[in-house]
Amino acid sequence: MWADAGIAAVKSLVMLLLALNLTVLLLWIERKGSALIQDRIGANRANIFGGILPFNLGIVNTLIADPIKMFTKEDVIPDGADKLLHFFGPFLAVFPVLVTFAAVPFGDVLVIGDRTINLQVADLNVGILYVLAMSGLSVYGVVLGGWATNSRWSLLGAIRGSAQMISYEIAMGLGLIGAILVFGTLDLQAIARAQGALIWGVIPAWGIIYQPLGFLIFLVAGIAETKRVPFDLPEGESELTSGYFTEYSGSKQATYMMSDFAEIVVVSALATTLFFGAWQVPYLARDGFHFPGGFALALPQLVVVVMQVASFVLKVLVLCCFQILVRWSLPRYRYDQLMDLGWKTLLPLALANVLLTATVIVLAG
Amino acid sequence: MGPITFAVLATALVVSALTVVVHPSPVKSAMALVATLFLLAVVFVFLGAHMIAALQVIVYAGAIMVLFLFVIMLLNLSDDGAEARHRGRVVFRLGAWIGGGVLAVELSAFFLRVPFPEPATPPAGYGGAEAVATALFVDYLLPFELTSILLLVAVVGAVVLAQRRTA
Amino acid sequence: MVPTSWYLALSAVLFAIGAVGVLVRRNIIVVFMAIELMLNAVNLTFVAFARQLGSIDGQVIVFFVMTVAAAEAAVGLAIIIAAFRNRPTVNVDELAVLRW
Repeated sequence: MWADAGIAAVKSLVMLLLALNLTVLLLWIERKGSALIQDRIGANRANIFGGILPFNLGIVNTLIADPIKMFTKEDVIPDGADKLLHFFGPFLAVFPVLVTFAAVPFGDVLVIGDRTINLQVADLNVGILYVLAMSGLSVYGVVLGGWATNSRWSLLGAIRGSAQMISYEIAMGLGLIGAILVFGTLDLQAIARAQGALIWGVIPAWGIIYQPLGFLIFLVAGIAETKRVPFDLPEGESELTSGYFTEYSGSKQATYMMSDFAEIVVVSALATTLFFGAWQVPYLARDGFHFPGGFALALPQLVVVVMQVASFVLKVLVLCCFQILVRWSLPRYRYDQLMDLGWKTLLPLALANVLLTATVIVLAG
Repeated sequence: MGPITFAVLATALVVSALTVVVHPSPVKSAMALVATLFLLAVVFVFLGAHMIAALQVIVYAGAIMVLFLFVIMLLNLSDDGAEARHRGRVVFRLGAWIGGGVLAVELSAFFLRVPFPEPATPPAGYGGAEAVATALFVDYLLPFELTSILLLVAVVGAVVLAQRRTA
Repeated sequence: MVPTSWYLALSAVLFAIGAVGVLVRRNIIVVFMAIELMLNAVNLTFVAFARQLGSIDGQVIVFFVMTVAAAEAAVGLAIIIAAFRNRPTVNVDELAVLRW
């Protein structure tokens, strides 16, 4: 029993470190990447290793100086603000996001001695419902953040933000139903394993081949759910200062920012799991490569596990970079355009996708 | 689940339920209710009802309570002292609390005295989405369809009732 | 393994707390929340009995209770908003007067 608890603890630690490291990495990619896209230099003042490289990678700035600044700032609570809710707002914003990672598989199995360890923190048979439940809870971070500070602009941002989030939750959930129909299960590890099959013996059966429209709907709804540009009206950097988290400073603001980036990683991780084969490397089974021509390459189990975990991380990173690209390329949606997109475009499309998928499945047997 | 886990969960549930009922601020009552619903979902998981637990968080804690918070924010109920000013009828409130206590004690005593046999191990897939969905679409199809009509009526009704009268 | 009667006792306590909330509180939204608490206590009873009897019907009933509670909350809150426009109060005593 203690061995089981220990293994579960180690898995949770690994997943948490993975998620948090990706979040922090994204912070750096966002700042330097946006500078690259916008043809400017970006943050380059705090430069310890000056002169070694011809350009400044901005690592010390973004990853060391900035967090130190954020965590040592004074925690200002406005007059008339509700102290308890002001304290809980950032917690409720970041807790559901980090907890979602528990259901995401980051590898197949690791066999140590006679013990087969499933590389997933929590093997839930209703994995996708759990993910949707946690994304529903993240609305409270926005709502409380705006309400607790007793400030008009924050309240406006909070109302807009929560309306947007609950609208796109529906589109997100319906976009996932197509994938659930195709794979026939709600269990994320089972879906990941099912994507190791081969269509016509050649093409890996990744979700995006079965559900291209579902992937698009899920991605757009996911970006809207995380309130990233082009859907960042609740944050409205040019209008509402920072929208619902204007009145937060110091570590609370750092927590809100972290929840923002962690949500990007969560959306990417889910899209990877459902549509891009999760940890699957094409033609890689537990004992090595099995190419379609018949050629097989045996590999030790540890190499296979490392390759699978690395492939998962790589796919998540690619999707995150795509979201960052989208952020710095598109203008912002107006509020009514945003709501129209959610209710009048994505929702009917998602329902049509479900109908189409179900029809094809029934006809194809 | 073991008795210690149950004791902890039950205490937390009763404390948050009492907070809902007792706390003067509506927003804190709403957040206490969210905590209660979340803890109930945890209890459902222990009872083997995984799908219902997930639905509890999605529907109740994630949608209905957000609706409550919206209404509280829109009506701007920041006047927490209003209720305290309207207090009165001490005898009635005391009687209500005593009556509630008697109800709780009596019902608990009745239930605790019933000698339930040990529940048999449930069939595989019990409480999962497939089991619930099969029962829903096979045995309970008519209530399911009627509920969908009820939801449609509720949506239309809510929109019409909350609309602003334009001139 | 906790006996089923403990779950039933817990749900009885929650139901009683909700009932007291409906009677004692003057803020109509808190009264509403106490009603939701009572509905959840009943849900707990259903799920506990479903496990006791090994049948899935209890959970299906909980599904319907949740749906009906959602519909009721939506319509009830819309009514509160509509009533708030005529008489800007959420105090039950003031709303209980049928005038004009």
